[in-house]
Amino acid sequence: MSAVLFFIAATGVITGATGVVVLRDAFYSVLSLVVHLISLSVLFLLLRAEFVAAVQVVVYAGAVMVLYVFVVAYVGGEADSLGERLRGAGPIGSGLRRAGAIIGGALLVELLIALLGTGLEAIEGKGAGYSPGPRTFGTPAYIGNLLLTRFLLTFEIASFLLLIAAVGGVVLARRRGGIGEEAEDAMRPLELPRPPGTGTMAEGVGRSVP
Amino acid sequence: MSIAWYLAVSAIVFSLGAVGVITRRNPLVVLLCLELMLNGANLALVAFSRMWGNGDGQIFALIVMTVAACEVCIGLGMIVAIYRRRLPIDVDDLRELQG
Repeated sequence: MSAVLFFIAATGVITGATGVVVLRDAFYSVLSLVVHLISLSVLFLLLRAEFVAAVQVVVYAGAVMVLYVFVVAYVGGEADSLGERLRGAGPIGSGLRRAGAIIGGALLVELLIALLGTGLEAIEGKGAGYSPGPRTFGTPAYIGNLLLTRFLLTFEIASFLLLIAAVGGVVLARRRGGIGEEAEDAMRPLELPRPPGTGTMAEGVGRSVP
Repeated sequence: MSIAWYLAVSAIVFSLGAVGVITRRNPLVVLLCLELMLNGANLALVAFSRMWGNGDGQIFALIVMTVAACEVCIGLGMIVAIYRRRLPIDVDDLRELQG
């Protein structure tokens, strides 16, 4: 049963990953990555990492992918694919593509040698036993216990990093004009009509600003 | 299934992500392929965690997810800023930092 589930999930993982790399439209790449992430969470469940699987589905396949979908819809990524690049750029594109595939293949062979050719005997086993009970392996209680005792500093640093990234994202993506225009904006009273391009919701739906 | 199967899948996913980072031109897709590489590493970490029956690998995977979320936030913010400046959304044309 677990072998069948593994092969179904692994097929989903690899198909999704291939789709991300090969599909021409950035939107389809994002959707393919969602398939990949959900299949990957099934693999995590098979590895007894229940909390990591839940976080993968909720945070990655939920929140981060919604962010991607919005940005792709906003930017409207141009159609760009391996095949089109091959046709458009002629011999240079084809050479680059071949070089990329060769580098990827070499990396794959190297990784497989490094991972599977090790002398670790445990790699052929099904993993260490885990104790059933209230504090079993991989549950939220187990992860929370580890995060708040042994890895407390890591946890705090990660939370600080998230705060910095949130502030940085807001600063990077905010709407800005030139410096003089911003100073002009600062002196404008709130009652006056806004200049065009200030990002009101009316502009977003295409209505002209009075 | 033995742990080796999971490690093989993780190696395949990592290599696919690396190929995507090298060959694609749209920075959005390059970010997606970076996610693929991080996910391959995560799968290996969780597999090793299962192999030793130790939770450290799972904590490591969670921290990798946090860093990936930060990277997505900053990367997408940069892409939106590039788009607002009407610069081309193409990693081959954005070479101002090249010196």
